[in-house]
Amino acid sequence: MSASPDTAASPVMTLDELREEFEFLGNWEDQCEFLIDVGMDLPKLPAEDKNEQTRVHGCQSLVWLTVDEADGRLKISAESDAMIVNGLIAVLLATFDRQTPEDALAVDVEEVFSSLGLDEHLSSARKSGLSGMVQRIRGEAARLRVEDAE
Amino acid sequence: MNHDATLTTSQASGGRQPSESNSRTPHAPGADAPGSPTPPPPTPLDVDAIRAQFPILCKPLPNGKTLTYLDSGATAQKPTVVLDAMRDCFETYYSNVHRGKSTLGRLVTKAVEASREDCRRFLNAADVSEILFTAGTTAGLNLVAQTWGRANICEGDVIATTVLEHHANLVPWQMLAKETGAELRFLPLTDDGRVDMDRVDEALTDRCKLLAITACSNVLGTLPDVKALCDAARAVGAVSVVDAAQFVPHRRTDVRAWGCDFLVFGAHKLYGPTGVGVLYGKRELLDAMPPWQGGGNMISRVFADRSEWAEPPAKFEAGTPPIGEIVGLGAAVRWVEDLGWEALEAHDRELAAYLLERLEEVPGLTVYGPAANERAALASFTVDGAAAEDLNFLLDKRGIAVRHGHHCTMPLHDLLGVPATTRASLGVYNRAADVDELIEALLAARIRLRLA
Repeated sequence: MSASPDTAASPVMTLDELREEFEFLGNWEDQCEFLIDVGMDLPKLPAEDKNEQTRVHGCQSLVWLTVDEADGRLKISAESDAMIVNGLIAVLLATFDRQTPEDALAVDVEEVFSSLGLDEHLSSARKSGLSGMVQRIRGEAARLRVEDAE
Repeated sequence: MNHDATLTTSQASGGRQPSESNSRTPHAPGADAPGSPTPPPPTPLDVDAIRAQFPILCKPLPNGKTLTYLDSGATAQKPTVVLDAMRDCFETYYSNVHRGKSTLGRLVTKAVEASREDCRRFLNAADVSEILFTAGTTAGLNLVAQTWGRANICEGDVIATTVLEHHANLVPWQMLAKETGAELRFLPLTDDGRVDMDRVDEALTDRCKLLAITACSNVLGTLPDVKALCDAARAVGAVSVVDAAQFVPHRRTDVRAWGCDFLVFGAHKLYGPTGVGVLYGKRELLDAMPPWQGGGNMISRVFADRSEWAEPPAKFEAGTPPIGEIVGLGAAVRWVEDLGWEALEAHDRELAAYLLERLEEVPGLTVYGPAANERAALASFTVDGAAAEDLNFLLDKRGIAVRHGHHCTMPLHDLLGVPATTRASLGVYNRAADVDELIEALLAARIRLRLA
């Protein structure tokens, strides 16, 4: 089975909505199908933003990620060629997007992943890909915080 | 090396187009006319009877699905005879080998040496002392690099290999080249991923001291002309090292017909256990080269300050070997031989042809590598718009085991220009129906990913 279309159609879900859906689905196979649905609805990056600079290495699949700032908050965009990875990107957006750099750096991302059971189900390769994206976001958040302070 | 090579076999853009499949059979003797995807004709191999010997193929997966195992290139499943042989060893005569003169010691030594003789016969080696037990293919290749290589490779020498190689047959040579100042050179490939036999002299120069070549690419299924390459290596005074890890389950191996100097394979891709493999080396080379790991069994006399080495194969077998696994390897070798190479090779060829024929039905699918009649029964492919990671999940959900990623061949994937491929690799227990399952799942995956 897969997630109800209207839930999956929302490109930007909150962390609570994600947790709720994961809990409802219960098993990893269906949660993965849900991640694919969410991933397919994720807004795409503009073609010019998919370059070597924005590429996140360490993922099995291709991933590009940009972090900008608007009104003192992070504006994160990312895309992968793999829909499951796009689903995981949606989790990262729910966690970090539109946060202040300060708040983004304070997030306990391990707690977020474990609340969704991702720590248990993701292969080590996917985990390292995911942590590559987290590091990129944190690095940019740290840089923006310094810039804000100056 | 030809970086423009696309190494693609077929680029299906819509339905099946047999008229466009001529690139797949450029060297066909005219026998395999393109036709509708009919299952291959019955072969002397009784695949149903073979499947019944593999417990894992006869029980449902945790998700209730039946296993469609298309990942034998990563590791093959084990028949009951192998499991029974190992269990019998551990239950009835297990003790350490070559050590005490006890009843069990004699029995276990006899069993291990019988496996060595099985492997000698399997490879058609001249003498049983040329069969070294290792921890596997990787260990065998590192052994050659670290012993023969360090003793014989000097600054300015050339080590010739190909970008087809698994990292196990590349990284040890990179390390050796770095250590010695030797130069790595790559034999040019044809556009369809075969070794370009007209251009071997570009790497096999007078400076070349070693040729390291796979007998079967784990990604493309390419079957290089190993004999011709070993001849070419010998002609320039180079030693040949053959990585037969992928080759041994698909075709009969004959080290004397090939004239190779070293050859490696692991038991686990040959329906045997993990943790054990064979390094074949010509006796005169084994005599001349230094040992690798020091320890028990590999010495004839140890003094406080120095040691004298045992004769091969013991010289290269320090420590307690994987005893039960060696027994399992012998059982696997005998089991494969009993199936008969003629039947086994015919089955493999039919599966390869059927696999490539049916993959063409999947829109947007690209198979990499040579035509079906130039490869073992395996194929790596990409599907436009479908990441290998997503395909893997969607296939796995249906009980279909394939592998996705770079398959330990990053340089080859750089050449292919793709970050990852999906590989279906078939074994003796696979049937046309397994290929049918794969095709159905790929078509369904395209629908799931909104590509159709």
